[in-house]
Amino acid sequence: MARMKFLCDSDRCIECNACVTACKNEHEVPWGINRRRVVTINDGRPGERSISMACMHCTDAPCAAVCPVSCFYTTADAIVLHDKDLCIGCGYCFYACPFGAPQYPRVGNFGSRGKMDKCTFCAGGPQQDNTRAEYIQYGSNRIAEGKLPLCAEMCSTKALLAGDGEIIATIYRERVQRRGYGSGAWGWRTAYRETVSI
Amino acid sequence: MRRTLLIAALLLALPWLAATQGQAQTAPAAPGRNPISAEELELQSALRGGVVDGRVSIPNPQAAVLIQPEGRDWRAFHNVTLAWVGGIAVLGMLGVLVLYHLVHGTTRIAGGRSGSTILRFPTIERANHWMVATSFVVLALSGLNLTFGRHVLLPLLGPEAFAALSQWGKYAHNFLAFPFTLGIVVMLLLWVKDNLPTWVDWEWLKAGGGLFGGAHPPAERFNAGQKLMFWITVLGGGVVAATGFLLLFPFAATDIAGMQLSHMLHSILAVLMIAVILGHIYIGTLGVEGAWDAMSTGEVDVNWALQHHRLWAEAQLARERAEAAAAPGAVHAGAAD
Ligand code: SF4
Ligand code: SF4
Repeated sequence: MARMKFLCDSDRCIECNACVTACKNEHEVPWGINRRRVVTINDGRPGERSISMACMHCTDAPCAAVCPVSCFYTTADAIVLHDKDLCIGCGYCFYACPFGAPQYPRVGNFGSRGKMDKCTFCAGGPQQDNTRAEYIQYGSNRIAEGKLPLCAEMCSTKALLAGDGEIIATIYRERVQRRGYGSGAWGWRTAYRETVSI
Repeated sequence: MRRTLLIAALLLALPWLAATQGQAQTAPAAPGRNPISAEELELQSALRGGVVDGRVSIPNPQAAVLIQPEGRDWRAFHNVTLAWVGGIAVLGMLGVLVLYHLVHGTTRIAGGRSGSTILRFPTIERANHWMVATSFVVLALSGLNLTFGRHVLLPLLGPEAFAALSQWGKYAHNFLAFPFTLGIVVMLLLWVKDNLPTWVDWEWLKAGGGLFGGAHPPAERFNAGQKLMFWITVLGGGVVAATGFLLLFPFAATDIAGMQLSHMLHSILAVLMIAVILGHIYIGTLGVEGAWDAMSTGEVDVNWALQHHRLWAEAQLARERAEAAAAPGAVHAGAAD
């Protein structure tokens, strides 16, 4: 089985937010929730880089480790998913996640959180694949259809890569070797405890 | 003369020094080396305990934090530190209490009940105590559930029932924060004047509160142990409430690092307070005969009062006697109405 990963080649990302829009549209993500976002560091200064970031589907995922109701599970492709029927919206996964991936709809009183929502790597949830119930809770399940995440498919510059970790690392490595520079794989050290050696 | 020359030379050299420094600052990175490396930035921020952040164009400023490695520390705290500290504190206290009870048993009223009582806690004080007490018990249980529930209850109840229970626990925890906080404030106002430390407390502490045999040391309305209990409740409860409200309103007053810190303070203080309150509950029920009356009816037996709070009881009895002496007039005045 593949080990699914994301890799954002920040030397290519032009902050067009196509990935963000594709994700919101594909899964009909509600207002106020962004499963994917583009962060620009050193904005307006030398060394400006934009990085598209969502759940990285970590190895030994911190969110799963702290969830008080243990509602996370990892698929055979190493995609980290969770069961919204069990989630109590406590926010613990957000404290533990290094990438700010978990999102919460604001429901009810105070800052009370609803069921956590995050990137599913377009792999839906625990419901029957590609059912209406699954779609309403988690969005579409492209993985079950044999497709890769839509954000990466839509990326106008092919900065965002999604798929088998080995394959996307090879693509990135070849790019860096050809053009002679590359700022590295953002978040890989934190998420997968490894980096792409060039 | 030499010195002036030196200064002149330094002054002349200054612009040149400044120029070289400026150059060094704006010098482009060596060719072939990228000035920004994801790998290095991540490593640096992890070592410094900082975040990698930038700018986002979506209206959610929190999303600008790209990587926050402290999540790992919080995870270690929640899964390891808190679980161990909480487990040892709560179970340890339970063990100590059971042991104490087996060895020592209930502290009886010396000389038995006298049959006459005096008022120890008026209705308002008791009502406030029970508001704090009931909300504390639910807050404590629903809080402990977040750390220990998945190890203890989840295997027993199964995922659905356990998630439903935890969901209700979360709601209860959120709502009961308000009566708890109110009660803590009222408690402070009602009892602070009787809980300021005095020399009597020192003597009481030296005698171990009569906990391990020996004569009961004298005490005022509250003995040193109760005063400690009071300050732990008011100060500890105050901090737990304040940090709790920071968590209840995410990002209203603090950022992710602040919320992690709030949670750490909140939970560690809370488990320690649960341990202390277990001791308090024991003393108020099984541990000391007659103590329960103080918080149920508010009237305590005179012998109990003289045994545990002699100074307070004597003052109280003296006042009652003085009132009784003045009573005939009062009765007359009452009858005349
Ligand atoms: S990025 Fe965050 S939400 Fe996704 S697997 Fe890692 S810790 Fe969990
Ligand atoms: S918000 Fe939901 S998924 Fe996240 S830790 Fe809490 S219960 Fe688990």
